[in-house]
Amino acid sequence: MSKKAETANNNQIVLAAVKDAFLKLHPKEEMRNPVMFVTFVGSLVTTAFFFWHLAKGTFSLFELLIGIWLWFTVLFANFAEALAEGRGKAQAESLKKSRKEVFARFLDHGRETKIPASQLKKADVVICETGDTIPADGEVVEGVASVDESAITGESAPVIRESGGDRSAVTGGTRVISDKIIIKITSDPGGNFIDRMISLIEGAKRQRTPNEIALSIVLSGMTIIFLLAVVTLKFFADYSGQAAGQDLSSIVTVPVLVALLVCLIPTTIGGLLSAIGIAGMDRLIRRHVIAKSGRAVEAAGDIDVLLLDKTGTITIGNRMASEFIPVPGIDEKAFAEVAQLSSLSDETPEGRSIVVLAKDKFDLRAKALQPHEAKFIPFSANTQMSGVDLLDGAGNVMRMIRKGAVEAISKLTGKFPEKLETEIKRISASGGTPLAVSDGSKVIGVIHLKDIVKGGIKERFKELRVMGIKTVMITGDNPLTAAAIAAEAGVDDFIAQATPESKMDRIKEEQAGGHLVAMTGDGTNDAPALAQSDVGVTMNTGTQAAREAGNMVDLESNPTKLIEIVEIGKQLLMTRGALTTFSIANDVAKYFAILPAMFGMLYAGQGAQGPLSVLNIMQLHSPQSAILSAVIFNAIIIVILIPLALRGVAYHSQSAKALLRRNLQIYGLGGLVAPFIGIKLIDLLLVFLGVVR
Amino acid sequence: MKTADYLQLILYGLLLISLAPFLGTYMARVFQGKKIFLSPILGWMEELLYKLSGINKDEEMDWKDYTKAVICFNLLGFVFLFVLQLVQKYLPLNPANLANVTWDCAFNTAASFMTNTNWQSYAGETTMSYLTQMLGLTVQNFLSAATGISVFLALTRGLISKSQSSLGNFWVDMVRGLVYILIPLSILLAVALNAQGVVQTLSPYNNVTTLQGGTQTIPLGPAASQIAIKQLGTNGGGFFNANSAHPFENPTPFANFLEMFALLLIPASLVYTFGVMIGNRKHGWLLFSVMFVIFAIGLGLSLWSEYSIPITGIHEGQETRLGTTNSVLWAMATTCASNGSVNAMHSSLTPLAGGVALFNIMLGEIVFGGVGSGMYGMLHMVLLTVFLAGLMVGRTPEYLGKKIERKEVQMVILSILLPGAAILIGAAIACVYPVALSSLSSKGPHGLSEILYAFTSASQNNGSAFAGLNANTVFYNVMLGICMIIGRFGVIIPAMIIAGSLAVKRIAPASAGTFTTDDFLFASLLVGVIIIVGVLTFFPAFSLGPLIEHLLMLQGRVF
Repeated sequence: MSKKAETANNNQIVLAAVKDAFLKLHPKEEMRNPVMFVTFVGSLVTTAFFFWHLAKGTFSLFELLIGIWLWFTVLFANFAEALAEGRGKAQAESLKKSRKEVFARFLDHGRETKIPASQLKKADVVICETGDTIPADGEVVEGVASVDESAITGESAPVIRESGGDRSAVTGGTRVISDKIIIKITSDPGGNFIDRMISLIEGAKRQRTPNEIALSIVLSGMTIIFLLAVVTLKFFADYSGQAAGQDLSSIVTVPVLVALLVCLIPTTIGGLLSAIGIAGMDRLIRRHVIAKSGRAVEAAGDIDVLLLDKTGTITIGNRMASEFIPVPGIDEKAFAEVAQLSSLSDETPEGRSIVVLAKDKFDLRAKALQPHEAKFIPFSANTQMSGVDLLDGAGNVMRMIRKGAVEAISKLTGKFPEKLETEIKRISASGGTPLAVSDGSKVIGVIHLKDIVKGGIKERFKELRVMGIKTVMITGDNPLTAAAIAAEAGVDDFIAQATPESKMDRIKEEQAGGHLVAMTGDGTNDAPALAQSDVGVTMNTGTQAAREAGNMVDLESNPTKLIEIVEIGKQLLMTRGALTTFSIANDVAKYFAILPAMFGMLYAGQGAQGPLSVLNIMQLHSPQSAILSAVIFNAIIIVILIPLALRGVAYHSQSAKALLRRNLQIYGLGGLVAPFIGIKLIDLLLVFLGVVR
Repeated sequence: MKTADYLQLILYGLLLISLAPFLGTYMARVFQGKKIFLSPILGWMEELLYKLSGINKDEEMDWKDYTKAVICFNLLGFVFLFVLQLVQKYLPLNPANLANVTWDCAFNTAASFMTNTNWQSYAGETTMSYLTQMLGLTVQNFLSAATGISVFLALTRGLISKSQSSLGNFWVDMVRGLVYILIPLSILLAVALNAQGVVQTLSPYNNVTTLQGGTQTIPLGPAASQIAIKQLGTNGGGFFNANSAHPFENPTPFANFLEMFALLLIPASLVYTFGVMIGNRKHGWLLFSVMFVIFAIGLGLSLWSEYSIPITGIHEGQETRLGTTNSVLWAMATTCASNGSVNAMHSSLTPLAGGVALFNIMLGEIVFGGVGSGMYGMLHMVLLTVFLAGLMVGRTPEYLGKKIERKEVQMVILSILLPGAAILIGAAIACVYPVALSSLSSKGPHGLSEILYAFTSASQNNGSAFAGLNANTVFYNVMLGICMIIGRFGVIIPAMIIAGSLAVKRIAPASAGTFTTDDFLFASLLVGVIIIVGVLTFFPAFSLGPLIEHLLMLQGRVF
């Protein structure tokens, strides 16, 4: 999207949110949030008082302003929620656009008919060929095809989908680029995977998460405490007025008490709470991860064990040549040349990496061999080797170069020299794979194939460790290899020769020890482990079974994302905590604004101020301006904090201690100081504008 | 202040800090069922009690069974005490021929002694017979203290239990607490006090002729035995009306020191017991320091206000026999510890010192607090702190590896809300109800302080009185009695529900990502949350009472 279009789109979302803010004024909507409901009722009461006084002939600008700003408080909170929802919907819309009406080639007992995709039912069978859009979620039952899934993943490279195995699931809305597949539909209309996901994001089915509920209980409890404190204050004020022989009824009025109440109850966090939750899910969607529930996002923050697949997450998919080790007597460069020669037509990633290494290390250019000069021997599972036969002009084999597994080559050459055997052992011990190369009947050296650990991953794991998260690598490799890679990547532990059962056992074991475990998976055999884990992220390329079992789906199928998911979860909880702290810390300043305003004249001597006026440390202009300033600050702070609520507080990979210290400084101390400054400034402005006496 | 004053304060603090680990470890061993040096001597008594009452000491109770036992047992105690007062005239050991107690006063007193409040709307020597004092009040002193300890134990076991629902056995906890802790300590203290001159007799009151030739009745009674448990069990209900300001309850400076020390001994040691039982003494010390710091700040503020404000007559009404420092130290200890015994009338303290005493109680009696109740109350505040601050590290809050979720938070809030509501609503009614207002001895902000103090003292189960308020009226007897019950069981039941909910949870091992609860930062946070919760709830009311009175006094206006 262009920048301009994005701004226009944003403006639209904001406008819609403004409208929604008013629509949400319905009492039923407000009742869902106790803190804001009290504010809502307070606004009603204050407004009623204003009109009641107006009917009796007194126009009170003060009461009018209090009323207006109380309504603003409610509206701002509604706006925050509506904005978060609007942004979620916009995300959903853009996902939905990929799902325009398509026709399916429906196969009915071998006969093909064209029907709208929306009429497809579960277990229907359709056919898709080059250029067709896959009409609904399904499973490939026949054939292989490359599929463009960029519509949902944003990843432009096509992926292979084939029947059987772990790559059989296809998603509605994606497009077949080559070949033909027959698909069995796995969902009913509307029950489509993406459809269900989208409806979740849209918030229609949004349920409050456990921690959100717990927090709102605290907030409601505090609201009740403040309600009691304020209501009983009226009685204490009556007593005090009587004892002092003073009439406080002009300042201790219902609107003023309501103002005090609304300022004290945690409206800031109360108003932003649901926005924070929605925005958390939204942040996942921006990273192309769809969480099936907010609960899963929250759980992500608690994760302390990550089960990570080696391939793709920790290492870049394939082994690469990293070293040429010739037998004594052969020059390394000469060996590299032969090795390169043997791999010229080897299109496997390993083969290519040999060519590249030879080029990088010795600047050896791969020469183009003509068919009459050489005959390439492809790898076969039988011989466990591949290679090249160099031919003379008559087509006779002049030279036979082979590379392959150590056992296979040794059959060809007999026993390896002592020195080479030692090197082979070293390579195996370090987790690498030795690839022997022979020239004729003589072994000439080994190539060290190595798993290449992704750049930066070690640092990433170190950060995780600081955050208190343990990483466990899962690999099919033997324990020796696994240990070496684990050490190089800096994971805390590994499971070698992993099977679905061993994964499952590990998860259960960690959970029994009190840990919360996250994992990624894609295959059907991962489904039980995904279901058992606390956060199971399924790759979108995964099977339907796996996608159903996990509680998040990564549309980009990038296993490294697990780490980001954990961070988003933590950020969500931190944002809640930070704003709660801020909200509570704000109350101190509000007491210092409103209490002296109400009771500054109590027990006042002749022409002097009462003793409680010493609490007016902000030197606010008058009781009315003090109360009004506090109310205005209380409303405006919600709007100011909306971006923070939507974005989440800044997150760094730090220990709990460091995070706490940092957040306390910013939101605790900040929350204590900010309102003193804010209220004073608003007071100055009100006096400047001449709004208050 | 003189050097002797400073020395005494330091001695008091040091003794508390050095004895708490010993008694704390001892108590932990008692409740873990381990062998202690008293086992061979008193073991038969424990076994006998089990046999007599048919207790199966191996039976494990979940939170429901435990709570049922707590409530039934307390209810029985309440009914017994209530009836005993109503019929004392017909029973023996009533040498002063005291009449039956009125129903409202009896209700108030029964509620008061069952809940470990020991608020006294009556004057002991003119209302309660020896039998009522011994069989009713003293017995409840022991039982209410042991009940508090039991609930604390249940909550602690909930915290350390590994996914199991059992919280121990209420009857066993009660018996062990009585046999190995409360009774032996009380005997020691009673003998010591008796040696100092505290009376202990069943003989009738003395009638003597004064120097002026008039006659005076000098009340006597089995006081030493009751005073020992009154101090040790954070009960505070005096044998005589003047409580420990009475020379027969508190005859010498040494007796005064002993009583003052006994008052904080068990609550402070239980903090250490907690550390031992959870296997984290460091955390125990942390909670201890948090309490000690809040206690010290209040004490410092009060002493400053008593000694530094240059207004004559400010010490009027205080106990000159023991001196201002001793009065203030006692006042702070007794309000922190939910004890409620007094050696000087709090009404006579400076407004600020009286305010601090009031604020100590408002905090919820968790700064050492009542025996047992102080710790479970404190644990509620710890859970609240962990919940609020724990979110800021980006994890679902945990305490000692247990997740703090909806149920726990709900109960914590309830346990803060209920006593708070009782205080505010009760005081608000009393402020405008003419009948209630007629009980006041002084008007102005001091009158408000008196009302506020009465409801705070009752609702938080402290039991001390600001004095000046005539509380033996139907209104106050009934209202305060209800407040005491809300304040006691409104915290006990949530504590038990939390214990039950935590018990079945698994314990997450600590990591670098875990919110730590044994460092300085957490201690400061905890102090912060305790004070902020107290301030936010009560500051408006407080500002119209003690605060405004203090400010007016600075202007030279005294009430």
